Amino acid sequence: MEKEKLKPESEKTLRERFGAGFLRRLWALSYKESLQTLRDPSSILVAFILPVLLIFIFGFAINLDSTRIRMGLVMEDMGPEAQRFAASLQGSPYLSIVRGTRKEMEQAVMEEKVRGFIVIMHDFSRKLDRPGEMAAMQVITDGTEPNIAVFVENYSRGAWQTWLGQRALARGEKMPPDIQLEPRYWFNPAAESRNYIIPGSITIIMTVVGALFTSLVVAREWERGTMEALLATPVTRTELLLSKLLPYYVLGISSLLLCVAVATFILKVPFRGSIPMLLVVSTFFLFSALGLGLLLSTLLRNQFNAAQAALNAGFLPAMMLSGFIYEISSMPHLLQYITCLLPARYFVTSIQTLFQAGDIHRLLWRDVFFLMLSSAFFIGLTAYHTKRRLDD
Amino acid sequence: MFHRIYTLIIKELQTLLRDPEGRRFLILPVLMQLCLFPFVTMEVKHNTLGIMNQDDGPLSVELIQRFATAKAFENVVSIKSEAELKETVEMQKALLVLRFPSDFSRALESGKSPVLQVILDGRRSTTGQIAMGYVADILQAYSLERAEALVPGATGASPLRTSLVVRHWFNPNLDFTWYILPSLVAIITTIGALIVTSLSIAREREQGTFDQLLVSPLTPGMIMLGKAIPALIISMSQASIILLAAIFVYRVPFSGNLFLMYGSMFFYMVSLVGFGLFISSICSSQQQAFLGTFSFMMPAMLLSGYSAPIDNMPQWLQTITWFNPLRHFIVISKDVFLKNIDFFTVLEHVWPLWVIAAITLTGASIIFRFRLG
Repeated sequence: MEKEKLKPESEKTLRERFGAGFLRRLWALSYKESLQTLRDPSSILVAFILPVLLIFIFGFAINLDSTRIRMGLVMEDMGPEAQRFAASLQGSPYLSIVRGTRKEMEQAVMEEKVRGFIVIMHDFSRKLDRPGEMAAMQVITDGTEPNIAVFVENYSRGAWQTWLGQRALARGEKMPPDIQLEPRYWFNPAAESRNYIIPGSITIIMTVVGALFTSLVVAREWERGTMEALLATPVTRTELLLSKLLPYYVLGISSLLLCVAVATFILKVPFRGSIPMLLVVSTFFLFSALGLGLLLSTLLRNQFNAAQAALNAGFLPAMMLSGFIYEISSMPHLLQYITCLLPARYFVTSIQTLFQAGDIHRLLWRDVFFLMLSSAFFIGLTAYHTKRRLDD
Repeated sequence: MFHRIYTLIIKELQTLLRDPEGRRFLILPVLMQLCLFPFVTMEVKHNTLGIMNQDDGPLSVELIQRFATAKAFENVVSIKSEAELKETVEMQKALLVLRFPSDFSRALESGKSPVLQVILDGRRSTTGQIAMGYVADILQAYSLERAEALVPGATGASPLRTSLVVRHWFNPNLDFTWYILPSLVAIITTIGALIVTSLSIAREREQGTFDQLLVSPLTPGMIMLGKAIPALIISMSQASIILLAAIFVYRVPFSGNLFLMYGSMFFYMVSLVGFGLFISSICSSQQQAFLGTFSFMMPAMLLSGYSAPIDNMPQWLQTITWFNPLRHFIVISKDVFLKNIDFFTVLEHVWPLWVIAAITLTGASIIFRFRLG
């Protein structure tokens, strides 16, 4: 009778003791981890200086709005129409024109001095006046950079059309009616690429910062032999795992918020979302980024390899496959499915949406759902591989 | 002396290649990236086009059929209401939406110029702009055809008696893989070269074997050389794999000179190893070395001209990019590959690499000696 009475009570105290111990141990371990991190000056560099530096670089370096393209002009014919065309070309705000001979321009293309050139053929004026003959202008582009080649083609075509219009007007001819396009950019009326590049870059920066932090921490303990000491203590797997996640989460979310602040207040990218939504999305993104690093670190137990793996699994895929610069829907279908496995992909759309469009709840919660899945996946797998014994 | 360096190189290669996991990390990421990244392009392909047709005339239907067959658009979704339009754009279900006004066919038939509204997603305006370019091309071709059909010979007698002939040199079909693969030769190997040099010294420092090296008859210069050469061997083999895959798997025509390619690649790797040694000379743990490597590598990739043209950067930043070895080597790799540039043109891009390597290598050796003394 007495035993039966005592049992639930002792069980309760055990649970209480376990609960208290859990928090105490978790606190102690997290405190140790934070001290270890903050003692190393390079952590501050990674958490606060590197992200700000990178966001500035992204903000200034990645400008996809074509500004001015250097282009050559070869005038083999100096007739009045050719001159007029040259004027229309030089009037284009997108082109800076260098004149020269065909030979010079060919050399300039080789040396990357111009992105292409236009040749007005020597018989241009003559053919223009003679009915039944085509007066041709040649546009040569440097196809080794296809993107710029397309711009060169489009700008030349634009200048050519301006010239055609002026010519038709001067001669009193009527152009066939054309269909005018009136673009409307939602969320980003001036269509400035930096407005979505800078928010997107926060994803890349945080993928890297997250992976940098956690990819080394467990491997370091194994390498230095301190893991053995830790395993000799009553610490549980959950406590160990959480103590490796929480301090870096705090550091990560502060550096993420710092990035958002820099983007909004210094780089002047409009932020239209709400702070709570930003926190929810960022939290789950950070957990998946930190989880990935921790998984690699746990699996590899070797800082050198974990560092390489984190670099390869984190930075380059986030840069190339997250849809931040390169549109996912233009990729082959198989590759599109592969991008679904990347947490960065969901965070890119959600942070771009938060910055530019505001809280579009359906889109954001969909992304949160996928980010939750991937954090659960990475952290769960890490827990599965976290060993409590040395001999396995 | 050569024998000593030789033994150090052998030892270094053994450390790097001894365990299967380490070997895997030198080769697997390269292969993986080689499989995935060539398909990542700025072209706009198989996207979704939204159509909001408020016009009941025949011309809009005719045009929509033309859009549906364009390479840029695989799916065409029809949008009925403003609410549906909002949903489509907000949830990114279509790259752009064309709205035909109710008087579209009538205006066009009566010889006026109707306005077609294009709604683009500002979160990906660059892609949208490219797609809008395709739309404009289709519209222009359509207008010309109509003009020709209405008044036969009209275009022959009018201003259109000129033509603009466009030729894309070195890459006639503007195939993006021709641009990506030569650049990947430079980008992917950068990681290998930097990590191998900067982390391997930090690892020796952490494990205490660096002191053993110092008490051996090797001079600091020899130690640096012994660290540099294995990194060169490994990163140049990685580059060769990518080069071979580019030529034989992806069929990018290699029109240049292999000797020029490898010669300039050698100097590129030397300049990278210079950075790696410099980073490892100031770092005392692997973590610091890793962070240092990263703080160099990310800006180097962003400022290389691969993702965004250097011409678009502000002038002061363009000046900084001069000290980025990747910027120079990407141009060399691409231009030797496709343009077959001659020795002197290569030299113009290579000499900055010499300057960079000289600065970083001297810096690294000064700091090494300083920390030893």
